Amino acid sequence: MEISVTMNGTARTADVEPRMLLAHVIREEFGLTGTHVGCDTTSCGACTVLLDGSPVKSCTMFGVQADGHEVTTVEGLAGADGLHPVQVAFQEEHGLQCGYCTPGMMLVGAALLERNPDPTDDDIRWAISGNICRCTGYMNIVKAIQTAAKAKAAAPAAATA
Amino acid sequence: MLPSRFDYHRASSVEEALSLLDDYGEDAKVLAGGQSLIPLMKLRFVSPGHLIDIDPIPGLDGIEEREGSLALGALVRHNQLASSEIITNGYPTLAAAAPQIADPIVRNLGTIGGSLAHADPAGDLGSVMLSMGANVVLRSSSGERVVPIGEFLVDTFTTSITPNELLTEIRIPTPPPRSGGSYLKLERKVGDFATVAVAVTLSLQDGTVGSAGIALTGVGLKNIEAAEAAASLHGTAPTDEAFAEAGRLAAAASNPVTDVRGTDTYKRHMVEVYTRRGLATASAMAAG
Repeated sequence: MEISVTMNGTARTADVEPRMLLAHVIREEFGLTGTHVGCDTTSCGACTVLLDGSPVKSCTMFGVQADGHEVTTVEGLAGADGLHPVQVAFQEEHGLQCGYCTPGMMLVGAALLERNPDPTDDDIRWAISGNICRCTGYMNIVKAIQTAAKAKAAAPAAATA
Repeated sequence: MLPSRFDYHRASSVEEALSLLDDYGEDAKVLAGGQSLIPLMKLRFVSPGHLIDIDPIPGLDGIEEREGSLALGALVRHNQLASSEIITNGYPTLAAAAPQIADPIVRNLGTIGGSLAHADPAGDLGSVMLSMGANVVLRSSSGERVVPIGEFLVDTFTTSITPNELLTEIRIPTPPPRSGGSYLKLERKVGDFATVAVAVTLSLQDGTVGSAGIALTGVGLKNIEAAEAAASLHGTAPTDEAFAEAGRLAAAASNPVTDVRGTDTYKRHMVEVYTRRGLATASAMAAG
């Protein structure tokens, strides 16, 4: 079945079997391997992408359901003017260890800051509660999203999502 | 993990979905948010030949009060429930449960209709609906029927829906003034199935309990309505003693099994504790 998806701002089409999961469409049809498949059971959030701006688990959605929608993966976070504030902050705060959960964490963080530019630590912990970091590096992930919020507030013109 | 092959049908209206169900119903599953169905298909616990995607149907995601009830479209997502002012202000049991369903990412896609039709005994919304006396609207090409939630939820993963019917709406009677509600859920971590959860809805009338509904999650083959526990409260003063007795009756109505989440004894005890606590919370809310 032919689907049309706006992938990271670019119109893309693919011919996919209906049973193909969105995660596989993204990785295998579009070649964007930043989206990781972790547990494959809707538990870990490593495969999180943004569907029309909201986080969804791409292992629990068929590619055909994304037809006509906008999908943002970690590759789509950076803008023409460089890395997204969340990406910069994950680097600065050492918000990752092995990096496997990082794309999902960053997308959830970016979506949270769109909705809530000044989150408390509790807001951040709530937002990432569907994402598991098996290195258990949560402290720095929360710190990174806080740092990104402050960076966005300080330079709102440079903030892209 | 890939599911077995299926034919995918996208419905753009309820009528189109009903016509597809007439054609394929016996070998079809309805896809809404997919957050329960897709995991089951990936594990090949279900392998429908046809998938009828109702997610694109416009107008099935309404939240409105109508004729003494709250009418919820089948495609209302859990995060919509959690952020609705109508629900926060008037339907405290549902408001308490919605932010505890699965995790925040799953709640962006998961729907109320899908969750109820899935009929998982560990599902949160079934208990909420039992405690509030909700009805579901089932449509088919030959008409419509309104079914009390207690008759809809038949057994584990089993409802009284027929293969050509679509669950289109959930109707929750608007609680009277001086009502309260609570949903207490014990889970090992966010996103895990409930070890135990208890839904309580209660209203006060002239200083006594006017009506009460109590339902249990994860402690039986389906969501359990603890009718005897609720009936014990009718017309009594909302005291700790009355709530403790209702807690004991609710525990007696539960039928938990020992598993990785805890022993049957522990779960039964938690039903008692959560029923008691939930009633106290709901009663304090109702007393306002």
